[in-house]
Amino acid sequence: MNSSFFSRLRPVIGLVILAVAISLLSPRFLTTGNIINVLRQTSINAVIATGMTFVILTGGIDLSVGSILAYAGVIMAALLATQLPLLASIALVLLLGAAIGVLTGLVITKGKVQPFIATFVSMTVVRGATLVFTDGKPMSADVGPAEAFAFLGQGYGFGIPVPIFLMAAVLALAYYVLRHTRFGRYIYALGGNEDAARLSGLRTGLIKTAVYAVSGLLAALAGIILTSRLSSAQPTAGVGYELDAIAAVVVGGTSLSGGSGRILGTLVGALIIGILNNALNLMNVSSYYQMIAKGVIILIAVLLDRKADA
Amino acid sequence: MDPIAPSPILEMRGIAKQFPGMRALDGVDFRAFPGEVMALMGENGAGKSTLMKILCGAYPRTAGEIVFQGKPLDIRGPRDAQLKGISIIYQELNLVQELSIAENIFLGREPVTRLRKIDGARLNAGAQQLLTRLGVQASPKTRVGALSVGQQQMVEIAKALSFDARIIIMDEPTGALADAESESLFRVIRELRASGKAVIYISHRLKEVFALSDRVTVLRDGRLVGETPTAKLTEDSIIEMMVGRRLTEQYPHVEATPGPVRLAVEDLRTRFTRGATFAVRAGEILGVTGLMGAGRTELALALFGALPSSQGTIVLDGKPYRPRSPHHAVSRGLAYVSEDRKRRGLILGLSIKANITLPVLKRFQRILFWLSDRAARIAARGYVDQLAIRSSSERQAVLHLSGGNQQKVSIAKWLITAPKVLILDEPTRGVDVGAKHEIYTLMNKFKQDGLAIIMISSEMPEILGMSDRIMVMHGGGVAGVLPRGAADQEAIMRLAIGLRGTSS
Repeated sequence: MNSSFFSRLRPVIGLVILAVAISLLSPRFLTTGNIINVLRQTSINAVIATGMTFVILTGGIDLSVGSILAYAGVIMAALLATQLPLLASIALVLLLGAAIGVLTGLVITKGKVQPFIATFVSMTVVRGATLVFTDGKPMSADVGPAEAFAFLGQGYGFGIPVPIFLMAAVLALAYYVLRHTRFGRYIYALGGNEDAARLSGLRTGLIKTAVYAVSGLLAALAGIILTSRLSSAQPTAGVGYELDAIAAVVVGGTSLSGGSGRILGTLVGALIIGILNNALNLMNVSSYYQMIAKGVIILIAVLLDRKADA
Repeated sequence: MDPIAPSPILEMRGIAKQFPGMRALDGVDFRAFPGEVMALMGENGAGKSTLMKILCGAYPRTAGEIVFQGKPLDIRGPRDAQLKGISIIYQELNLVQELSIAENIFLGREPVTRLRKIDGARLNAGAQQLLTRLGVQASPKTRVGALSVGQQQMVEIAKALSFDARIIIMDEPTGALADAESESLFRVIRELRASGKAVIYISHRLKEVFALSDRVTVLRDGRLVGETPTAKLTEDSIIEMMVGRRLTEQYPHVEATPGPVRLAVEDLRTRFTRGATFAVRAGEILGVTGLMGAGRTELALALFGALPSSQGTIVLDGKPYRPRSPHHAVSRGLAYVSEDRKRRGLILGLSIKANITLPVLKRFQRILFWLSDRAARIAARGYVDQLAIRSSSERQAVLHLSGGNQQKVSIAKWLITAPKVLILDEPTRGVDVGAKHEIYTLMNKFKQDGLAIIMISSEMPEILGMSDRIMVMHGGGVAGVLPRGAADQEAIMRLAIGLRGTSS
């Protein structure tokens, strides 16, 4: 009981140590403005990482999220230019993301292709489709119901940026699903022992396909937020985002082999990565060195986690 | 003792092997002679494989000594055994499917040129020589994956010969062979014998033992029963040596009048079973037994929709039932308690409660998909009490429970589904004596509640003690069904070995 309590707390302790260290190094870090800034920058990754948590809990991986984000962005921009109501367009784009996830999931479950390969294929194909669709050029999102749309990425409520609310809503919903619904329990059971789950009468193919749908849908949501924030959709957006999302999940204490992990851990993991990016910027570290620092810190986090479990 | 016996090439004396909580071998003597085939026989779990693994250095021994070619033998591992002239060919062949025959034979000791490049010509020539000697037609360059099981076995034998093996051990070599392939294997074994090799032949098939062997060593419950020249034995005397023990444990069998037929299976075929036909009634325990590889678990998995069947009809409570998936089987009222609770039964990292309620989570679902943890806990608690599962709380992870308690959790998980047909695969494997008795008592209770129970077991006393009827499987099919009164160990063993008719 005690040890599991501490193992849950470990990412949080890491986060606190990191925040204290950085605030000593850079006085600007602990200002309200900067904290809100960090949260807003984290929101996109946190939304993607939430979907990634579902996938990794089943023992899978999803490399296609960055590509889905870009594809969702350009389709969103294209739909804005049509007569479709804004909410319908958003719903369509979310469905599109989920549909790509379903296709990938079917390749994995029906085609018996490893998740790494199947999602790698989706990543490549969807990126290609995005580039074909846009001819490689950015698309403006400053058309049609642009003002209402911009609210999603640029608006404020109670002085707090809207993306932070969206992130919070996604996390809360994911927490509920994983902790308190059948689907959530099935995900843990499947990730813990797929053979036993199947022999317990669970429809493991359906569950696996569903987690890739969730991941695709949330990647599409992240694409919508990003497009709204920038008022334009870049066909090259989101390259490498899958790695940030995987890093957030792993730093947050979720096992890559599936079956154990928590959504709040993923939030903490995303915050650690967000704070790291922010701090290195504040300290004027070149972005080249930032990548090295990020890699080292992720390694430390994972090694600490491993050691404590052993 | 046979007066003309040559001196043995191998003598194992007083071999003992202690596993945690179990003595697998207890003071066993074993010998092998050059130019002879020694058959090693015994029931499942008698200690045959353990003895051979000790000989090959796969297990360290707890006590005893091994003398090989007149000198004490000290083996550090399987590779060392091979180099010293002892080769074993396991039932599951150890070949690299993607490599050629020649590459497999000389794996790890390929002939090389002066530039340390593999000398393909010498490699293939060496392999060809061995293959010719064994009468194998295939080219040494053939990929092993493209060979039949029988041919792959020949490659294993060729490999053993390439090590200049003095002793060749074969563990159930004909288990997966077609008749013609068995014939050519026997021919090779006779040639090996003629060339002075000592062959140790483990088999459950009496006919083969009589056709091939010079002597028979029988083990029972980890002890030596005897070593006898084959010529002095009959089928009946071997069976008696194999099973000749009394029932030492008490089995709380209860008489009950069975109800109507719940599950009727006709001519069910899968990749591993052929044409099984049988029926189970409500309130009846059908014991299913047979030797390793007889197709018992495969039959259960096919009934449960986890293994596709190619043919056959199943009727469940008067309605046709065609198992599509475990999900489908569960919805039709079947339950399968796996023989391998850790790998296929339980989710070890999850709690007792989570494991027990997994198949019926839908029951605890409320508005907005909310699962009532309280309702699930109460339900799980009920089974924890009923089955006397000892734990600190139903929230404890099953990982740290004892084997017996884990087994009860995997039974509870199925009882909660209120099944019509309960399939128990080795229900007391790895379970201590006390918990065993509790599980038997529970089975009787389920039986009286009207469940149809299929109990698969390799434990002869358990089968005889608990079953109302006993179905014996052999080679993927049903060899016979014996009523409780007419069944004894010898009758079962005859069927399991593939003999028909009664003893002479």
